[in-house]
Amino acid sequence: MSQPFVSDAQLVARCRNGDHAAWCELVDRFSRYVYAIAVQAFRLPPDDADDVFQEVFARTYEHLGRLRDDAAIRPWLGQLTRRLCIDHLRAVAREQPADGELEAGGADDTLDRIEESLTVHEALDELPESCREILDRFFARDESYRTIGEALDLPSGTIASRISRCLGKLRTVLEGRNAVPAPSGR
Amino acid sequence: MYDEETLARLLRLLPPAPAASVAAAQELPLARRGLDDLVARAEADAEFRARLVADLETALAEAGYEPDRALVEALRSRLSAD
Repeated sequence: MSQPFVSDAQLVARCRNGDHAAWCELVDRFSRYVYAIAVQAFRLPPDDADDVFQEVFARTYEHLGRLRDDAAIRPWLGQLTRRLCIDHLRAVAREQPADGELEAGGADDTLDRIEESLTVHEALDELPESCREILDRFFARDESYRTIGEALDLPSGTIASRISRCLGKLRTVLEGRNAVPAPSGR
Repeated sequence: MYDEETLARLLRLLPPAPAASVAAAQELPLARRGLDDLVARAEADAEFRARLVADLETALAEAGYEPDRALVEALRSRLSAD
């Protein structure tokens, strides 16, 4: 059975009230986003990315009571992660001066793609569990047909067609989100 | 707007963060509750506070806490603010 959808604002409010399960869900919901900014946009090595990751969530926890807009936790987290990555790169540059400019790894374009990717991942939540699972395993976790077939107890020959069907459903969800409401006479 | 190729590319962009990193972040509130206990104890016990200030990591370990970086930094900040 699918979990009832909890908005970002509801999740933040529950975290603020000390709901540990909500905190775990918040970390889970944004963990890929925060980590991708550190690793892909700023090219931090894994240990440094983990330091930034922990710092982001530590500060988030400390600031739960002072957020201006609970619904804006996603951009707030994105901005905090970017700032901490930059601070980290500056600290490294001070300790290990290198030739050339500070490398942020073409961060702006990558950040835009990460934002778009998070939107697509959020749309996954509107799909049936079976679709979420198969798309995440194949694309995000890079699992083979065989691994997926074993994990989900599916014949591996059916996985490609299931993926294609699920991508079609995902596209429908995204197009529904982006549709401009027609003027209605209701 | 979103063809299969675009969707595939975007889905690939967000692999899971390392499980250990996620678990550590999820345990933060529990660590912070321990932090409150530690600060309360430091306020009530001058000798314990002196040991904390002198060598935070060792004092934490002796008190039975895992002296992870986030906890050490948070405690240092709390002690210096008091």
